[in-house]
Amino acid sequence: MNIHEYQAKEIFRKYGVPTPRGGVAFSAKEARKVAQELGGDLWVVKAQIHAGGRGKAGGVKLARSLDEVEKIAGEMLGMTLVTHQTGPEGKVVKKVYIEEGADIKEEYYLGMVLDRALEMPVMMASTEGGMEIEEVAEKTPEKIIKVAIDPTIGFKPFHARKLAFGLGLSKEEQREFIKFASALYRVYVENDAELIEINPLIKTGDGKFLALDAKMGFDDNALYRHPDIAEMRDLDEEEPTEIEAKKYGLSYIKLDGNVGCMVNGAGLAMATMDIIKLEGGEPANFLDVGGGANPDTVAKGFEIILSDPNVKSIFVNIFGGIVRCDRIANGILQATEKVEVNVPVIVRLDGTNAEEAGEILRKANIKNIIPASDLKDGAQKAVKAAKGEL
Amino acid sequence: MSILVNKDTKVIVQGFTGKEGTFHSQQCMAYGTQIVGGVTPNKGGMTHLGKPVFNTVEEAVKATGATVSLIFVPPAFVADAVMEAADAGIQLAVIITEGAPVKDMMEAKHYAVKKGMKTIGPNCPGIITAEECKIGIMPGHIFKKGNVGLISKSGTLTYEAANQVVKEGLGITTAVGIGGDPIIGLSYKELLPMFEADPETEAIVMIGEIGGDLEIQAAKLIKEKISKPVIAFIAGQTAPKGKRMGHAGAIVSGSKGTAQEKMEALAEAGVYVVKSPADIGATVAKALRERG
Repeated sequence: MNIHEYQAKEIFRKYGVPTPRGGVAFSAKEARKVAQELGGDLWVVKAQIHAGGRGKAGGVKLARSLDEVEKIAGEMLGMTLVTHQTGPEGKVVKKVYIEEGADIKEEYYLGMVLDRALEMPVMMASTEGGMEIEEVAEKTPEKIIKVAIDPTIGFKPFHARKLAFGLGLSKEEQREFIKFASALYRVYVENDAELIEINPLIKTGDGKFLALDAKMGFDDNALYRHPDIAEMRDLDEEEPTEIEAKKYGLSYIKLDGNVGCMVNGAGLAMATMDIIKLEGGEPANFLDVGGGANPDTVAKGFEIILSDPNVKSIFVNIFGGIVRCDRIANGILQATEKVEVNVPVIVRLDGTNAEEAGEILRKANIKNIIPASDLKDGAQKAVKAAKGEL
Repeated sequence: MSILVNKDTKVIVQGFTGKEGTFHSQQCMAYGTQIVGGVTPNKGGMTHLGKPVFNTVEEAVKATGATVSLIFVPPAFVADAVMEAADAGIQLAVIITEGAPVKDMMEAKHYAVKKGMKTIGPNCPGIITAEECKIGIMPGHIFKKGNVGLISKSGTLTYEAANQVVKEGLGITTAVGIGGDPIIGLSYKELLPMFEADPETEAIVMIGEIGGDLEIQAAKLIKEKISKPVIAFIAGQTAPKGKRMGHAGAIVSGSKGTAQEKMEALAEAGVYVVKSPADIGATVAKALRERG
């Protein structure tokens, strides 16, 4: 789960990670009020969406008067922001963050993420603040300093010193930086974060470090022990169909094609998308109905797939293991009674009692339901059906 | 022969008396697995499925001589269960539990390594040595005995692959579902050399997916150390960037962890890389004809 910049900064402050002062606003009037309370004569208005690259897309603007804050906030709220991370459809701005202006002397990058190969979190720093870190990693990898942190000992001053020397910080600056980095490690570990990015981290004129931006993602499996963070979830940032699917224990991701798929197991679901593409079609979605695949989950699956108007055929690809195929076949038949399925459904059932299942489907003799003999046959039929050639 | 487990392997089940633990223990026993007891705190002294229940893994190991633990403990407590197994001298823990926090598994894995305990999973179907011993939740009857080793990140895709291999008139030595979480136990780099050393295994199927770089590490190892033919399929060739495809670890971050990158590295290492998941079985047969 990801959160907004303003929420990440709230968490930062709780742990003593310094950030500029600021507040969130949902209207232009409110933005003015927040700016007024902050005081000063320079503010930054920042669109709050779950995507990077806001600056270039016009989602971060300076204001030099309260009138200007109100005007910019009014323009930003409701606008669709398209950045390299939002996809071409962009994201609608529903809240803005008003922050006091900062005295920027230097810009750095500081981030934390799990290194899956080392099986430890790593903290990364770079002098190339404000740049796309992926680009830095590709073009000038020597400019990224990494320290892996053994979770059994935690974050130690030597870790921070290694980063500080890499950034070329002076002795006085090091002391500030070590405090900053140690607090950030606590934010990461104590909240089960999966990712933290501060880009840029700035050094101010008086040698202090401030998180000018903040991006945080969390391990979904650990949210049960962080109810305060779970509450920060912003449903506006997620696909409504994906949220609906999750309620029923289904894992659904919408794609751009026209061949719907319903599969048991995440790996097989990805493989099904792959074979549809190889057979000349385009998958409309990823859908894992889980191990159970009972009439209710299958019915819900049909409903969700069919909510996408692009879908011209559905490929049901189930490998029955412990759950027998004959039961799944009956489940599919029951599901078609619950949900009106108006596109061809190609059903491939393999595994335990696959033959009995095929017999059940043939006997039911429902116009829309077309049995397939194996994975390839099913994919071919589904692609043909989507093209209206079956 | 086989790898890691066989008909003589003594297994205890942590989370033995729960719903999942009970159902799958029964299935394993019916397959022939030597389940010698189980652990459920505060239920020690009971008999369940005709086997003794213990309060702690230590007691269970002492009384039964078990070397493997099959773990069905709920996600919030699973890391503790893994560390208890490691502490009690278990040699291999097979972790079925889905949804364990990454931080917990990281801690548990570090401790297991320190104690010399191997782990499989979490969030996996387990391990099966065909017609001898099933320690997991897979449908056992699909895995006919033969000469193909199988390593897979995905459950149903493991069954799919095994089924295709069997339809070619071949069979399986041992199949290991390693799971698709960000932190897992044994993976390709440990299992490939075990299959290489197993005299009965003549070909190895590896099923990977997007995310992380375990398949890239495997490619390096295959090039240097594996002489038996390896057949690989990588799921997620059509997966969009930045989206988690069901498994917690199945995500392309930036340009890293794509199927394309993994398939190229494996092909370069001399692996039979299969584009279509429907061609796994036929390619195994072909590889055995060419190199077997």
